[in-house]
Amino acid sequence: MRMVFVDLEELKKAIKKDTILVSVIHGNNEIGTINPIREIGEICRDKKIYFHTDACQSFTKVPIDLEKDNVDLLSINSHKIYGPKGVGALVLRDDIKLTPLFHGGGHEGGLRAGTENVTGIVGFAKACDIITKKDVEHMSKLRDELIDKIMEIPNTILNGPKENRLCNNANFSFKSIEGESIILHLDEKGIATSTGSACSTKSLKPSHVLTSIGLSPVDAHGSLRLSLGKENTKEEIDYTVKSVKQIVEKLRKMSPLGK
Amino acid sequence: MYSKKVMEHFRNPRNMGGMKNPDAIGEIGNPVCGDVMKVYLKIGKRNGKEFIEDIKFQTFGCAAAIASSSMISELVKGKTLKEAMKITRDDVADALGGLPPLKLHCSNLAADAFHEAIKNYKGKK
Repeated sequence: MRMVFVDLEELKKAIKKDTILVSVIHGNNEIGTINPIREIGEICRDKKIYFHTDACQSFTKVPIDLEKDNVDLLSINSHKIYGPKGVGALVLRDDIKLTPLFHGGGHEGGLRAGTENVTGIVGFAKACDIITKKDVEHMSKLRDELIDKIMEIPNTILNGPKENRLCNNANFSFKSIEGESIILHLDEKGIATSTGSACSTKSLKPSHVLTSIGLSPVDAHGSLRLSLGKENTKEEIDYTVKSVKQIVEKLRKMSPLGK
Repeated sequence: MYSKKVMEHFRNPRNMGGMKNPDAIGEIGNPVCGDVMKVYLKIGKRNGKEFIEDIKFQTFGCAAAIASSSMISELVKGKTLKEAMKITRDDVADALGGLPPLKLHCSNLAADAFHEAIKNYKGKK
């Protein structure tokens, strides 16, 4: 399997004379990778290029220090941290001048026309206050338990890293079976999950993230993503593990691809 | 997204599994695209006519692929070869109460794998 983090040497090579901005996702939504933004930021600063990171997945889960991490622009949103949907923020250094995408009124310093969604903004701020370090520790513990127990299933791959992984993300591939079948059976047991299989999308192509970390198309089709929340319990993890084991066994029995 | 019939066959697929000493095998699909189907046939003789005595299938694929395999096995079991060969891709989708447009190729595969098995059987004789 290839490296699952952004490769700093590859990044350096990708920066050309006319590059003005580097944008890298902080926490990957599919495989939970936490990318080394401090090192990426340093490279950008050395080369005098703006650095933007999409931290929607990692915000409040992984510490971010705009100064030390050399981040010029940061995107975050509200609903990923239990705030209301439809609110986000772009944090940017004072000296960066942006061209607005929406034109009209002079709202938000002339950057985004339209009346502000005040209730949403207040809700977002409140959500930032409510979430705690304890929630992150709780999810990390459950995630580790979930990963350890699911990996007991033979011919299972953990997609993404064991360390430097988002506290709420687990992603596996089960050999010889297909993801949509797994998630539909889990849904019937009251467990909502997702897959990188093409069968669940309209594109008929498996997840580009999974194929770019070196998974074969067949293994990418057999992927299952489990996302945790702060209110999940140990009992729910046990129930999920039991259910996944039963379903994988059932589907492997009917697979022509060997075990 | 799926009809009740599709979900029912997906939950409890009929005639699923391998077969010892089959008279014919048909395999179709491509694991890269996410679907592979393997059909096993046992051909019997009744009143001088050949018929599908038993059928088993193995499927790697989505719910539509599994339900289509299950449905075609029910549609052809017990039928004479002549009758069974008239079953088309559309018959499988119709019997399932329809499939989402993007999933129609799954029902095509089930019918194709079955016809492939018949072809192999006839080729062997």
